[in-house]
Amino acid sequence: MAQSPAHGTDHHDHHAAGHHDPQDLKLLGFWMFLVTDVIMFGTLFATFMVLRGNTDGSITGAEVLEMNGIIISTFLLLTSSFTSGVAVLAMNQNKVKQMIIWLVITGLLGAAFLGLEVTEFIHLVHEGATLQTSAYWSAFFTLVGTHGVHVAVGLFWMIAIIIQIVRRGLNSDTRGKVTVFSLYWHFLDAVWIFLLSIVYLMEVM
Amino acid sequence: MGKKRRSLVRAAFSAVTLVMTMLLLSGCGNYMVLDPKGPIAAKQLDLIIITTLLCAVIIVPVLIITFVIVWRYRASNKKADYKPEWAHSNLLETIWWGIPIVIVIILAIVTVRYTHELEPSKALASDKDEVVIQAVSLNWKWLFLYPEEGIATINTITIPEDRPIRFELTSDSPMNSFWVPELGGQLYAMSGMSMALYLQADEPGTYFGTGANFTGEHFANMTFDVNATSEEEYAQWIEEAKSSSETLTAESYEELSKPTEKEEPRLYASFPNGMYESIVTKYLHDGAELHQHGSAETGDLKGPETVDVQDADSEDHSSSHSGH
Amino acid sequence: MLDNIKEFASEFFVTGDPLIYGADASIVLATIGIVFVLTYFKKWGWLWRNWITTVDHKKIGIMYILAAMLMLFRGGVDAVMMRTQLAFPDLNFLEPEHYNQIFTTHGVVMIFFMAMPLMFGLFNIIVPLQIGARDVAFPFLNSLSFWLFFAGAMLFNLSFVIGGSPDAGWLAYPPLSGAEFNPGVGQNFYIWGIQISGIGSLASGINFLVTILKMRAPGMTMMKLPMFTWSVFAASTTIIFAFPILTITLLLLFLDRFFGAHFFTLDGGGNPMMYINLIWMWGHPEVYIVVLPAFGVFSETVATFARKRLFGYASMVFAMVIISIISFFTWAHHFFTMGSGANVNSFFAISTMIIAIPTGVKIFNWLFTMYKGRITFPTPMMWTIAFIPAFVVGGMTGVMLSVAPADFQFHNSYFLIAHFHQVLIGGTVFGYFAGLYYWWPKMFGFKLNEYLGKWAFWFWNIGFYVCFMPQYLVGLDGMTRRISVFSNPDWIGLNIVSTIGAYLMGIAFLFQVAQIGYSIFRHEKDTTGDIWDGRTLEWSTPSPAPEYNFAVIPQVHSRDEWWEEKERRRRGEKPWQLGPIEPIHMPKNSAIPAIMSACWFVLGFGLVFHWLWMAIPGLIGVFICMFARSFSAHKAEYYIPVEEIERTEAKLRGGSV
Repeated sequence: MAQSPAHGTDHHDHHAAGHHDPQDLKLLGFWMFLVTDVIMFGTLFATFMVLRGNTDGSITGAEVLEMNGIIISTFLLLTSSFTSGVAVLAMNQNKVKQMIIWLVITGLLGAAFLGLEVTEFIHLVHEGATLQTSAYWSAFFTLVGTHGVHVAVGLFWMIAIIIQIVRRGLNSDTRGKVTVFSLYWHFLDAVWIFLLSIVYLMEVM
Repeated sequence: MGKKRRSLVRAAFSAVTLVMTMLLLSGCGNYMVLDPKGPIAAKQLDLIIITTLLCAVIIVPVLIITFVIVWRYRASNKKADYKPEWAHSNLLETIWWGIPIVIVIILAIVTVRYTHELEPSKALASDKDEVVIQAVSLNWKWLFLYPEEGIATINTITIPEDRPIRFELTSDSPMNSFWVPELGGQLYAMSGMSMALYLQADEPGTYFGTGANFTGEHFANMTFDVNATSEEEYAQWIEEAKSSSETLTAESYEELSKPTEKEEPRLYASFPNGMYESIVTKYLHDGAELHQHGSAETGDLKGPETVDVQDADSEDHSSSHSGH
Repeated sequence: MLDNIKEFASEFFVTGDPLIYGADASIVLATIGIVFVLTYFKKWGWLWRNWITTVDHKKIGIMYILAAMLMLFRGGVDAVMMRTQLAFPDLNFLEPEHYNQIFTTHGVVMIFFMAMPLMFGLFNIIVPLQIGARDVAFPFLNSLSFWLFFAGAMLFNLSFVIGGSPDAGWLAYPPLSGAEFNPGVGQNFYIWGIQISGIGSLASGINFLVTILKMRAPGMTMMKLPMFTWSVFAASTTIIFAFPILTITLLLLFLDRFFGAHFFTLDGGGNPMMYINLIWMWGHPEVYIVVLPAFGVFSETVATFARKRLFGYASMVFAMVIISIISFFTWAHHFFTMGSGANVNSFFAISTMIIAIPTGVKIFNWLFTMYKGRITFPTPMMWTIAFIPAFVVGGMTGVMLSVAPADFQFHNSYFLIAHFHQVLIGGTVFGYFAGLYYWWPKMFGFKLNEYLGKWAFWFWNIGFYVCFMPQYLVGLDGMTRRISVFSNPDWIGLNIVSTIGAYLMGIAFLFQVAQIGYSIFRHEKDTTGDIWDGRTLEWSTPSPAPEYNFAVIPQVHSRDEWWEEKERRRRGEKPWQLGPIEPIHMPKNSAIPAIMSACWFVLGFGLVFHWLWMAIPGLIGVFICMFARSFSAHKAEYYIPVEEIERTEAKLRGGSV
């Protein structure tokens, strides 16, 4: 047992006031959300693996995927993950302005990543590879696109957080939001590494 | 409990018992699955009986114990022990973790043995040649092709008794399942692939066959008869089919594959060579792999059983095997 | 112009069947009636403030249960109609098309919109009370979960009168459910109805996990959790691992249907078998998700009404955890006949059998909880006892089905239908009924009429066996599922009997409605809050519990804390040392969940009909709601002052805490 009855009363007061630390709950809740997101991406990766060979006699990934853009994308996203980490460090030192600057840089890098992804998709469609072309391309666009949508949502979310910090300053609530956002951003980075290896490198190699 | 209510309950119980007894008596022995007419269905029935008995070893005592405990420890029975704190016993819990584990181990061994033995694509041991029948599920009828005889039928099959039949199943419509309960268990019929199912009839008779997996609006009409006959009658039937006025052509197949509500059984004197193969590979573009075969979960079966189909059409069928 | 409108209307509304016109009329009348009553009695404000915007877990739970009961009615009507059609061969009561829609909606409604909300209803009402918490971890999210479920359920049910119902079976296997074979909007309703409510379920899973992990009363270690809460923990864990698979599977099916992608199509390299694998990777855990909480309910009722500690607590926990883990490794037993090969089939056959072991252990533990107990038989206990033989026999046929080569003879037949109804009704439904009767006084402060409850019980039970036992036999006689007509004369007798059973269950449901209706007006009031002499913390609160649940949260020392506390008081020992009352921190009501779910509904409806002009504003609405919440969340809390708590407590408990 964690407490002896004598100490129970102390602990008790703590609870009576409803002091389950809300940030603590949110962080755990967010980890759980990430678990579900891992399963979602896992399902998409599994789908992609099953359908990888099913190009239906049409255009294959190896023919049209261009690695140059992907390498730049990877560099942008990895850097943005780093800068979001720096933003959290700045937050922990209560340097609000610095934190916001780092968040903005993170956002710009993310936006650039998205821009490249859109360019890539346009290029692919141009080459004749669309969602309707074959099972392989359906799986490709859905998997890569789902990651892209996550990045886009993250960008909007970050803008909302920056506005709130500008308005209300740093407090336990806004701190919690930045922490959770940064977790999310690192997660997207990790997913991208898998995407890079499985969708791009394995295809091109 | 009031007297009136108790008698009501009793009346209800006896009604249920009566109905159950009637049910069991009415059809005992006539149920298709319990009345096998071929070696596969017979073995499956053996297995059903074994599993029922193994389960009964646990189920029957549990039902009795339930009744005894509930009756004995009812609150109104003041003679019974009452031990409100007694909630743990290593011995008892070991027993009831242990017994099911032992039963499941036995059941698992039996199952694995039978699963390999009754693998549907495994040829039946027989000194007679097998008959090949190719079955195509269409909306909403079955097309059967006899490639060796060159004849085709709709919604009816005739087979010689005592000879292994190799059914090759596919579909040119949503996934179906081919089932002749008295001869043996079912197997899915799926577009873009061919599945092999061996069955055999031990005695002449007319057996009920059906599509078992829902394929849309008039799925209920996808039943067919399987007539098991002597060799002579079978040969006669083949002749009859060959003299049918109808023949199946690529064009008439186009027409046939369109949805229809219900088709009466009929015979075709001939069908184009390679028709079954072209149905199976309908969705295969040149250079592409036979996609459904590539997926991991069908790996085992697909090996030698479907090579012929792939040979018939796909130049690079070997690539479809590289996956497994 | 008029012609255009007419043409649109005949496409848009389902026409041509008197049954549907009847339903149309009754829906319109019911809606007018509800609007009239609310307006006449000036109840709109009450509805909005007390229910629609509430974040109180107890009220959300009640709404879940109410919705589940309505859906039970709808699914039950479907069932009775099916059984009517099948009573005689070649009957023309329902057209095949209509029959196919009805068995599809019966399955979908019963699993997604009856079993799931009934389950979440019980979660909501009981878990915070059982663990000594003031609410769930995320009350706002909880409300959102409910309204998402509600929006999904409404969207799905709308298909009955608008556009046409889905008709490809409850799991909608492609290619039958794909655009090629199913071009209508019915399958779109299926996808979005389930998708929207599924997101709600996922959120609930997260919510209850965090609640149980973080919000237990001081002293309540995981191994002191009440068994129902343990079952919620196991089910919620299963939800967060299983439901994402469903979300993606439905998304892919949607992409196929909407954008012409090739995941599950026959052409373009699609692979329909992958859908079947994916849907069962979710679907098999799903059946354990709905049955585990029923196991939890039985563990509570059996201990309460045998007036004895739950036997083998550790075993019970272990068994439940094992079940939820193994449930992820059995999915392929739903398609042994796909030709996966002997090794694959053997693996899934054995993993399925293994699940029987912990389940069997649970049965033995319940039995030995009753052994040397003092058993009383109010309705919750009657359902509990009826569960045991029903589930034992259903479990046995389940093991029979798990034997792969034998399954080749059972698969897709009425034997299978009988099996899963026996475990789902005998396990899940009996369990939730037991829970509903058991906790009803906690929810509403009065007991349901026992006399009518017993009539309902007997009709349900007798109907259940009369309905499903013949189905095992007719399955062994080769009758396959999902056929709208049959011609085999051997099947007639069994089908008639089965139909009689279905009607008996229908009558049982009417008894339950009568029971609830009667009890609202004439009932035994629960003045103590502990009407069954219960064992766990929920019985220490007044019935119904105040919005803050516990004025002061008790310190927990043992598994059956409330029972022990009563024992201490009986023995004259020192009772709970409750600290002073302090202001209680509470979440404010919020309209955002209901509005956001309405936006989801608009989004879903737009996508069903391929109306982007409607879907896109819906999507934008969803995002606006998210932002609105993000910007306002920090203001959504308040404190209940001490005086108010004291006043409430004095009123509820007559002065003594």
